[in-house]
Amino acid sequence: MKLKLKIWRQKNAKTKGSFVSYDLDNVSPDMSFLEMLDALNKRLVEAGKEPVAFDHDCREGICGSCGMFINGYPHGPVPGLTTCHLAMRYFNDGDSITIEPWRAKAFPVIKDLIVDRSAFDRIQVAGGFISVTAGAAAEANSVLVNKHQSDMAFDSAICIGCGACVAACKNASAMLFVSAKVSQYALLPQGRIEAKTRVRAMIAEMDRQGFGSCSNTGACEAQCPKQIKLTNIARLNREYYKAF
Amino acid sequence: MITLNAKIPEGPLEEKWTKYKSTTKLVNPANKKKLDIIIIGTGLSGAGSAAALGELGYNVKVFCYQDSPRRAHSVAAQGGINAAKNYKHDGDSVYRLFYDMIKGGDFRAREANVYRIAEVSNQVIDHYSALGVPFAREYGGTLDTRSFGGVQVSRTFYAKGQTGQQCLLGAYSSLNRQIKAGTVTMYPRRDMLDIVVIDGRARGIIVRNLLTGEIERHSAHAVVLASGGYGTIYYLSTLAVNSNASAAWKAFKKGAAFANPSFVQIHPTSIPQLNEFQSKLTLMSESLRNDGRIWVPKNKGDKRPANDIPEEERDYYLERRYPTFGNLVPRDVASRAAKERCDAGYGVGDTGLAVNLDFRDAIKKQGKKAIENKYGNLFEMYQHITGLDPYEEPMRIYPAGHYTMGGLWVDYELMTTLPGLFSIGESNFSDHGANRLGASSLMQAAGDGYFILPNTISNYLSGEIRTPKVPTTGAEFDEAEKKAKERIEKLLSIRGKNTSTTFHRRLGKIMWDYCGMTRNEEGLKKALKLVDELKKEFWSDLMVPGEGADLNQELEKAGRVADFMELAKLMITDALNRKESCGAHFREEYQTPDGEAMRNDSEYSYVAAWEYNGDDEPILNKEPLKFEFVELKERSYK
Repeated sequence: MKLKLKIWRQKNAKTKGSFVSYDLDNVSPDMSFLEMLDALNKRLVEAGKEPVAFDHDCREGICGSCGMFINGYPHGPVPGLTTCHLAMRYFNDGDSITIEPWRAKAFPVIKDLIVDRSAFDRIQVAGGFISVTAGAAAEANSVLVNKHQSDMAFDSAICIGCGACVAACKNASAMLFVSAKVSQYALLPQGRIEAKTRVRAMIAEMDRQGFGSCSNTGACEAQCPKQIKLTNIARLNREYYKAF
Repeated sequence: MITLNAKIPEGPLEEKWTKYKSTTKLVNPANKKKLDIIIIGTGLSGAGSAAALGELGYNVKVFCYQDSPRRAHSVAAQGGINAAKNYKHDGDSVYRLFYDMIKGGDFRAREANVYRIAEVSNQVIDHYSALGVPFAREYGGTLDTRSFGGVQVSRTFYAKGQTGQQCLLGAYSSLNRQIKAGTVTMYPRRDMLDIVVIDGRARGIIVRNLLTGEIERHSAHAVVLASGGYGTIYYLSTLAVNSNASAAWKAFKKGAAFANPSFVQIHPTSIPQLNEFQSKLTLMSESLRNDGRIWVPKNKGDKRPANDIPEEERDYYLERRYPTFGNLVPRDVASRAAKERCDAGYGVGDTGLAVNLDFRDAIKKQGKKAIENKYGNLFEMYQHITGLDPYEEPMRIYPAGHYTMGGLWVDYELMTTLPGLFSIGESNFSDHGANRLGASSLMQAAGDGYFILPNTISNYLSGEIRTPKVPTTGAEFDEAEKKAKERIEKLLSIRGKNTSTTFHRRLGKIMWDYCGMTRNEEGLKKALKLVDELKKEFWSDLMVPGEGADLNQELEKAGRVADFMELAKLMITDALNRKESCGAHFREEYQTPDGEAMRNDSEYSYVAAWEYNGDDEPILNKEPLKFEFVELKERSYK
């Protein structure tokens, strides 16, 4: 395949960025989107030019490192996939592809397609845990957990922290991300004990980090590569009301 | 020569750890606050130990190369985590888990260490469960388990195909709790460039801030490497593409012995390579072998679609060769059997480098829904990557580099031969011998981090309570920083024509061809020569654009590949030295007539701990393996 790429290039947080166009030949439909960028970068580096910087690591859709805005969609146009899993067979010969970093006040651009998502970590530090010290836990089966609840907790817990929900949201809200963690613990008996302090601390930190408010549009759910449900946000709101 | 003192406590196997814990030296709470510990890596072992040490009151600094500790590669483990709970009432016990690991590792691991990890496995499950890790459950609310390759009991706890992610996020949550408490400081986006040794003890590290390119100095009373394995030496592997050996390699060059570097696990079930730009091989969990049947056509070069090949023309070669364990033989055995069939011309797919993993019978028997419940996310992942539907036709799989049993040599206290430097999780060599059984890596990493290191490190730190905060201004820090900067300058100044990835790919091919699933003397000697040539070419024809004082991903890669070039030689040297076949190390010269591994206990029942010797050949130190509690046996899965 032959592609026309329009990629956001930005030297660092202090300089202004702009789109730069590249033509790329010989793209195999079996390549992943990141491998396609690898091919472009190989060409750039061999010519002594700086490659396009982007975060990536596991390349199997689970670490949450990668993430870019592709033709107006976080992680590209196919639902349920991270950028590293997006195969080039979903594109056509001759396509123009526009590639940008996540855009959100709380995620400042570091370089090219890399943004600073440490705000997510700070929200988790504020309360995303159950306070158990190593060695203190009771025998695992002494705490029974309803299978249905446990499975629902799992469905919330699979969030990979990539930030696509924030990038998709017109308000750059982090509600889906926060609600996934709050839900996981709210659904489990182990997590109920600290439920009130947790939800208050996490919401307060979320607001401090400069994320926008939720207006229940649902773009986050539509774009989440792990298909985390909007019902988590409803649960988060309920937990929050109950916490006062 | 270094002395290898494993410091194994006296007494019966089942009492060693209890006795050790009761008699080891402690540090009182007031002194803990004054002691600094550096940890490299935030996977299950790194994040777990950081949390546990922080909870104890030590002052902990943690480093990782990712933008967040939640992305460490433990996140990608799929199938599960073992524990000897015996919840299925199928005869499991701490002893049986220990024995399975010793046998699975082909009698090349230390008895006392293996027994201890089996012992703490139950505590790990209790802890993760309390942390809210959503493991699979039965309808009555108890925890569910499943069986995994190489064993006959059901002891693997799991969270669908995302057990590693769920355990890692559990570890990350406990790490976060300590960050909030102020006992742990997190330093993401840092690459460790060197270990600083003062008066023969590990006292600090040099790191590069990957955002700014700044070289930083950090000091401590002890340094812990939790930096993972080196399977990415093959370039294509199941690991995260940025996983690297650099921290362990720098430790080796500062005096920590490297044990059994050639023991590398090639995982049998990964999606085969599809394109020449491929950057990684995606694993399909071993748990799939519980229900999937592996086969190739009975006729050479049969190119019909799998579903058109009738039953009597299919060769279920694992079931044929190993009737007792069938499709559940250990990974090394399954990988070699796949390679054997493909090399003989029976492979499937365009390249002939793949075998079928077929769910037809399981779907017929259990229904599509049941299979979807167990493996839904894996099937989906397979379909996205290959464009093929595994509910309708068999998956195609092939072995891929996966896990390194080899690593830094550690004693019973998990300390390397460099005093004050500890190594935990995959970065050490200790528990898996020559082959790791499935679902044991999460167990070992979590066990090391939460429950073993916090007990053993106090014995060392109790001798450090009079050492004041280590200054970062001494000559040793100056020297280490200077060397790190010089190497960066050198990498940037070559200005050749090829990318570090190109060199990495070529190095990976050499290692895969000659030091992979099977090895022989001629090939290994050839590989030594090829690696030497490639290394020269690397240092004269590498291109790293940009500058050092900036975010520069090409520079990061170049440094890692430079270290892999050196490690490759040590792996080959180790493989050449070990003139036997054991576990994942299969020397073609040493096999039975029907192609099984032939161990040589009288000459090679030892851990090969290699010592750095400057530009000269590394020095081989041997730790003899004594088997006091199990009988050495031929490892048979027939």
